[in-house]
Amino acid sequence: MIQLTLDVTLRQQAFELRIRDASSVEVLGLFGPSGSGKTTLLEAIAGLRTPDAGEIRVGDRVLFSSSAGINRPPQDRQIGYVPQDALLFPHLDVTGNITYGVRHSRRHLPGDDEPRLRSALVEILDLGPLLTRRVQKLSGGEKQRVAIARALMTQPAVLLLDEPLAGVDRARRDRILPYVLRIRRDLHVPLVYVTHDEAELTAIADRVLHLEAGQVTNATMRSPAAAR
Amino acid sequence: MSAETWQIAQFTVLMAVVATALTLPFAVAAGWLLARGTFRGKALVETVVSLPLVLPPVATGLLLLWLLSRRSPVGQALDAMGIAVIFTWKAVVLAMMVVSFPLFARSVRSGIEQVDRRYEALAATLGAGRFRILRTITLPLASKGIIAGAVLGFSRALGEFGATIMVAGAIPGQTQTLAVGIYTFVETGREEAAWGLLLLSALLAFGAIYLSNRLVAARP
Repeated sequence: MIQLTLDVTLRQQAFELRIRDASSVEVLGLFGPSGSGKTTLLEAIAGLRTPDAGEIRVGDRVLFSSSAGINRPPQDRQIGYVPQDALLFPHLDVTGNITYGVRHSRRHLPGDDEPRLRSALVEILDLGPLLTRRVQKLSGGEKQRVAIARALMTQPAVLLLDEPLAGVDRARRDRILPYVLRIRRDLHVPLVYVTHDEAELTAIADRVLHLEAGQVTNATMRSPAAAR
Repeated sequence: MSAETWQIAQFTVLMAVVATALTLPFAVAAGWLLARGTFRGKALVETVVSLPLVLPPVATGLLLLWLLSRRSPVGQALDAMGIAVIFTWKAVVLAMMVVSFPLFARSVRSGIEQVDRRYEALAATLGAGRFRILRTITLPLASKGIIAGAVLGFSRALGEFGATIMVAGAIPGQTQTLAVGIYTFVETGREEAAWGLLLLSALLAFGAIYLSNRLVAARP
């Protein structure tokens, strides 16, 4: 469980994102059609976009606050981000991608935990057969799993997942969702999960924000199927 | 082919390699600044970087000659340190560096511009600082542009004539390069030796371009 405070006003051209929500969640679902501002909100949380006003807090850490003049750079936010297209580094193999944060983060990562976390992730996300592969040779679902492992290796306070199933065809979805559920269950990493497919949220989220044209139209607390 | 011809070719290649290696950090810095930087006077910097490309090399040579002479502060400082540049191999390298720099920097720039910035953003979320990102993401992904720039700069350095003859002269066995050698051989009626140098020049240019195409093709 983590307390997430999202108070974001962000304008770009004609579009305006205006989100206000605070909740303690394990999995926060963001649901809405494309163009509703889901990805923009994730980027604001990760520090890749600066809101015009508001406050973003994860637990008691303030990541952004326009009134206090705080805007932590993405490097110091401890937010794991998995974009829709995974964005695996094309010049590194799977292992190189997964260990990138461990090798290059300026944040201090407890070194003793690294091998344990790594083998746990390889196990949970079933990455063993992929480790020496080049990323160009991976399927959409495999790319997502590698990108999730890459983010989790930096031991983030929250993991942001942007439509992890979007690039995966229907028949294979059942093979990805269990991995996400395992992260939730075994690693206890809080998730912000973006989707435009309500069925996914039924399986995973304990709070859902419905977004439309940059606004929250409906917020619901629920107990996800996975927790029952 | 005579020993003299070989000596000139070897010397030229060595100087061009040194010049390319020394230009690399400057070209990467300039290319990065121009591709990713936002600062006032960027248009001016862009123009200055490209200047040696449009200026006649002999004019560039004249500027360098003045810069290295005792009439300029730079020349005075070098003199005070007991470093002689004019009419030495150092002048050959310097002339090569100045004329090849614009080509090198432009190629690096376009290589960096082609790198999707979202990779850099993602590396930042993983905790990597700005220069780490440059070293581990941007430059490796821009490596085609960097390699192409190095080969272009190297080739330009191999053929350098105008600035070289101004600051380094054509001292046999000391500062004489391929291009300068061809000219002086023709001038002094040694056509056959000039043709020998021409052949070597053509082979070197061919080799450089072939190698760069292979290197670039081998990258993802």
